[in-house]
Amino acid sequence: MEFLAPGSWPDALAARAENPGAVPIAGGTDVMVDLNFDRHRPDALIDLTRVGELREWSVAEDGTVRLGAGVSFARVMSELSALAPGLAMASRTVGSPQIRVRGTVGGNLGSASPAGDAHPVLLAVGAAVEVESAARGPRAIPVSEFFTGVKTSALEPDELISAVLLPAATGPQQFAKVGTRNAMVIAVTSFGLALHPEQGRVGAAIGSAAPTPLSAVDAQDYAAGELVDLWSSRGELPGGVAARFGELVAAAARPIDDVRGTAAYRRHALSVLARRTLTWAWDEYRRAA
Amino acid sequence: MRVHLTVNGERRQADDVWEGESLLYLLRERLGLPGSKNACEQGECGSCSVYLDGEVVCACLVAAGQAVGREVVTVEGLADGADLHPVQQAFLDAGAVQCGFCTPGLLVTVHDLLARDAAPEDAEIREALAGNLCRCTGYEKILDAVRDAAGRLA
Repeated sequence: MEFLAPGSWPDALAARAENPGAVPIAGGTDVMVDLNFDRHRPDALIDLTRVGELREWSVAEDGTVRLGAGVSFARVMSELSALAPGLAMASRTVGSPQIRVRGTVGGNLGSASPAGDAHPVLLAVGAAVEVESAARGPRAIPVSEFFTGVKTSALEPDELISAVLLPAATGPQQFAKVGTRNAMVIAVTSFGLALHPEQGRVGAAIGSAAPTPLSAVDAQDYAAGELVDLWSSRGELPGGVAARFGELVAAAARPIDDVRGTAAYRRHALSVLARRTLTWAWDEYRRAA
Repeated sequence: MRVHLTVNGERRQADDVWEGESLLYLLRERLGLPGSKNACEQGECGSCSVYLDGEVVCACLVAAGQAVGREVVTVEGLADGADLHPVQQAFLDAGAVQCGFCTPGLLVTVHDLLARDAAPEDAEIREALAGNLCRCTGYEKILDAVRDAAGRLA
């Protein structure tokens, strides 16, 4: 095995292009587990922790937040809770303090687990994954097209994830997750929600209840339709809307029975999480008036 | 490969390190520092908690090569010679040690917590220690020790 430690982004892309059998490593919270348990012996590791560019974030004039792939969950919590409240909320539920200080949003996407904690919120806010190869340069993949199956993604073998692009929040966002305790939980199921008042749109996405993280499209459309006259008046959520929204979210899931929970439980839990988070987010929107 | 890093203030070097090896293995098996414990090897238990450039991490999840040129502080680096650090003394005095396996990781984590927050509330202590498992279920004494250590450091 080789250990490659590029010190810049161009060097990292070159290392990726020259070593198709290499595995990129950032926080190591997934990659090292595979190595420690001898599940995987890649030809090489490409250590991305010395690529300073990956640890930066910025906001463009149009309000797009460009979050470097190497920004840790701990930093998302402390630095981005206003611009990306849903992602910050999800970051607080990742592992433990030791995991959050190492684990990165880019690594979460690279692992592409259906249970990845960042994914539902990234779908709900309409984020894009910025990737790059030495040969073809950068491209942006909508998160809705990024996940292709269980732990597989649209990332090509010669590409690295450079950043996540997400719009700065314009309304309340929520993330909720079910597990056996507060810390160190791989989601039994999870749910991300984002209100986009300026577009009259509600983003809703499911984690850990389908082969990939998934947008609940019917639920999004239903909520947008019910709220169409309420964005400006900030009136009360009509009775039954949150519950119906929850039912549509549950219907969008494609869960399985596994060691963490049954399909039926996941559907039920999702309907509850969706109902609650819509209620919380709408209440926050009304209070912000 | 050869790795060099600073551990507990001393420059250290190791040769023939396997490229997929963890910082934990490097510390325990090559540098003679078995204080950091090897239990779950997947970041679940916190027994291998060490400082890496000032942040508490699970040493089992850091590749040895990622620690090259970095500063590591292990549980062995907390005491000042024969004088235990107040956090260590508080654990002893409170009886916050049963089998002792989780203790090194807890000491490092509590050391970090109290450096950042001199008087944490119980909820903050619990949150800070959420990544450190004690399977003897001695958490009450551990919480007592953290409160006591905070008092000693005040």
